[in-house]
Amino acid sequence: MPRLNAGQRHTIQFELNGKSVSGETEPRLLLSDFLRGVLGSTGSHVGCEHGVCGACTVRVNGCAVRSCLTLAIQINGEKVETVEGLAGNDTLSPLQRAFRRHHALQCGFCTPGILMSLSELLDTGTDVNEKNIREFLSGHLCRCTGYGNIVRAALEVFAENRSGRAVSDD
Amino acid sequence: MGSKAVPLWGRFLGQAIERVEDAALLTGRGRFGDDLPVRTDTLHAAFLRSPHAHAELGAIEVSGALAMKGVEAVVTGDYAKAHTKPFIAGVKQPMEHYCIAVDRVRYVGEPVAIVVAQDRYVAEDALEKIHVTYQPLSAVVDPEKSITPEAPVLHEAVGSNLVSDRTFVYGAPDEAFLNSDQQIGVTVRYPRNSCTPIECFVVVAEYDPAMGGYDVLANFQGPFTLHSVMALALGVPANRLRLRTPPDSGGSFGVKQAVFPYVVAMALASRLVCRPVKWVEDRLEHLLAANAATGRVTRIEAAVNNEGEVTAFDIDQLEDCGAYLRAPEPASLYRMHGNLTGAYKLRHVRVRNRVALTNTVPSGLNRGFGGPQLYFAIERLMDRIAARLHIDPIELRRRNLVLAEQFPYRCPTGALLDSGDYRRSVDLAVTDGKWQELLCRRNQARAEGRLYGIGCAAVVESSMSNMGYITTVLNAEERARAGPKNGALTIVTVALDPLGSVSVTIDSLPQGQGHRTAISQVMAEVFGIFPEEVTVESGFDSAVAGWSIAAGSYSSRFGPAVAGTAYLAATRLRDRLARLASQHLNVDMEELEFADGKICARDNPANSVPFRRIAGSSHWSPGTLPEGLEPVVRETATWTPPELTSPDSSDRINGAAAYGFIFDFCGIEIDKATHRVRIDHYVTMHDAGRTINPALLDGQIRGAFAHGIGAALLEKFRYDEDGQFLSGTFADYLVPTACEVPDPIILHTESPSPFTPLGTKGAGEGQSMSTPVCIANAVADALGVDDIELPLTPDRVAALMGDDEPPFRATEGK
Repeated sequence: MPRLNAGQRHTIQFELNGKSVSGETEPRLLLSDFLRGVLGSTGSHVGCEHGVCGACTVRVNGCAVRSCLTLAIQINGEKVETVEGLAGNDTLSPLQRAFRRHHALQCGFCTPGILMSLSELLDTGTDVNEKNIREFLSGHLCRCTGYGNIVRAALEVFAENRSGRAVSDD
Repeated sequence: MGSKAVPLWGRFLGQAIERVEDAALLTGRGRFGDDLPVRTDTLHAAFLRSPHAHAELGAIEVSGALAMKGVEAVVTGDYAKAHTKPFIAGVKQPMEHYCIAVDRVRYVGEPVAIVVAQDRYVAEDALEKIHVTYQPLSAVVDPEKSITPEAPVLHEAVGSNLVSDRTFVYGAPDEAFLNSDQQIGVTVRYPRNSCTPIECFVVVAEYDPAMGGYDVLANFQGPFTLHSVMALALGVPANRLRLRTPPDSGGSFGVKQAVFPYVVAMALASRLVCRPVKWVEDRLEHLLAANAATGRVTRIEAAVNNEGEVTAFDIDQLEDCGAYLRAPEPASLYRMHGNLTGAYKLRHVRVRNRVALTNTVPSGLNRGFGGPQLYFAIERLMDRIAARLHIDPIELRRRNLVLAEQFPYRCPTGALLDSGDYRRSVDLAVTDGKWQELLCRRNQARAEGRLYGIGCAAVVESSMSNMGYITTVLNAEERARAGPKNGALTIVTVALDPLGSVSVTIDSLPQGQGHRTAISQVMAEVFGIFPEEVTVESGFDSAVAGWSIAAGSYSSRFGPAVAGTAYLAATRLRDRLARLASQHLNVDMEELEFADGKICARDNPANSVPFRRIAGSSHWSPGTLPEGLEPVVRETATWTPPELTSPDSSDRINGAAAYGFIFDFCGIEIDKATHRVRIDHYVTMHDAGRTINPALLDGQIRGAFAHGIGAALLEKFRYDEDGQFLSGTFADYLVPTACEVPDPIILHTESPSPFTPLGTKGAGEGQSMSTPVCIANAVADALGVDDIELPLTPDRVAALMGDDEPPFRATEGK
């Protein structure tokens, strides 16, 4: 990586939800601020700026990361996915549908981060049970729901995945 | 057809339908405060905050900051003093509280200066270039110490940290104590904690020099009494403070009430620079300086006869409101004043209420608001009485519960409990929640040498506050001088557009509770349409909406107030539409039915007209309306319950419109090695009146349960002796994660409220009132100890067990 000057702006380019995007950033600009403030991609939320609450979680090259602990400059040339990329063509993903079915969100502020973490876990094909899904979710703080409905929604989607069928939406 | 005494129920009302809010929130299309576009010339603010808990404020040197590229201005106390007034408070005392510190700082984190710059990063850089001279003073963080003569005085003009001291007597408590067999008491201390929504405060303010007014966007949650407080501080008429809220708010639980001083601060900053100024609070700022619940030290004694019947309470409450008595405080102390007797039928009460200030963050609304503090005292006391008299704790409570035939029941301190059957609720909880099995589980655990305890708690949950209850802190003479305060207006507008679709504006500023969904259900039920066809505007604009001082989401007002008023507006509109449909279909109004998007003759469904055709018709042909019928395009309902009267001359106050009932019990186990409290079994029985959407109701219960667990086991704002704050990150201020919150068993009964339009009661807070003390009672049972202080962190449990544990450090894990 070339040496970066603190006061200078650098152009970065990366793939955001399948589309190439670019913009200028100072080296110290956080990825969360770049996504929200520069690109206007406001689906990822900032809840603590010290990596505990998990609301800002996005995926970089498939891995869930805290965008508040990542510098925008670090993702030059990488692949970034955010909550805006989860649904395809006006159809909610099975995970999103399960969240809606189970009332797994209230204010919805922490939800994008939780969805991104769970989408990573789904892609890894990990076998889950209630205990380990709770441990997995403990990297996210939600003050509205008490978590139970999130756990139920997640378990249902993992069960769908295992059985290879989607639970009908209605 | 026509309005019916008993609301329609069943097709959509009472159904656990999916939320209309969710599709947007799940796809990143929420519209939260920091998501909304701002004007391109908007500047960004950062606060310099006091590092001292108590200090005289000397010179503030800002030239270094102003010299930085991108910095436009620095606002200090002098400018605030010149252009704003101190906030008015509920108690008349010579205390001055400005939006930023003037002359003195009184808690760590108090705003001292505001840098306004081209972006937030530059603004924060500039904070380091400001030099402030402080003359540190000694600090006091404990309310019991703060009211002693030796304590440093925060507001010198007051002369003391005790800013209010009132004693009230209801019935004949002296006589009751004299005639009692036993006098049993407890002293408890309730800690300061905060519900910490995941979204912090957001404010964008714009000064309009032409109008001499302000346009502010803030994720404020109400109550709108505070709009008056803000306008008076800015020295403008209320119509020159346009306050808007974003359509989505990332949780609040009361906390975002406390954004109001920042609304004034940003308005002030925008005035200085004549450009819009935006501020987004960060988490450190939020924990340090936003808002915490009051702390309370309570001594409560009961007069009891040998059968366990409680006849009187003698209560002494000392409330810690932090460094400033910030509106609406001391409301935390008075919210439950009308039902200080909880769920019990004793008739005699003496209570002394004192309000103390300390060098800590000012207190404010937090879920439960006064309830957790009060019920912690009452329900610890009931357990103590049960133990002393060797009566089963549930049986003791049963003997004292208000009886079904007593409703509506006037409490000695003034609350009018609307409806319920408390004994039946308890009995159902015992049966359906498997209390006997829990006793066996405890016996078995104890036989195996494990530490297992059982606790219970009974709580009356007040909802939809009487806006006059706060004036109970004043005496009758002061109240007469100030003029009567009472009631709680709710305003809802239902509008029909030219194509016959239904739009609703509400005054509740939701923060995730699903108000749009619930209102859609009300509309669908009344008009015979489908919930997804209805639009409910959740963003608020004081220049457009109908509102009163009661607007907002607090005191669980949505269910009883907003949904009920929406029902009133909708039924009035429907009855007027029925006149049009009657003419169109040539059917008597009484014979009409609204269903499946049609209006039809009940006995001849083929004779029908689409709802939307009739609903839109007044727009197209107002000239041919039936004689005497106004155009049917919108209806605004304004409702306040007549039961919400001012405090009477004897200081009796009915603090709320509706009162739900909750009975909880739980089993907990303490790990002997780690001293961790694990919740093994938790049962909660709720009577919240009629239910609009059971899934939304359970969502409120589950969320408040998690807050209750946090209060019981984890959460406390910690300060050291000098007032330094030790809980400034989510790694220091631990809140429950998915691992700490088990699934509660939720049970329901329904006693419709006779006082609300839909028979609904509020249910957003009760679980936050019952869970902390229920868990505390179980831990007391497990350990066989009397004195329990929250939160029951492992170090505190170890101390209760007499085990050695290193003292708490800020970095301690769970």
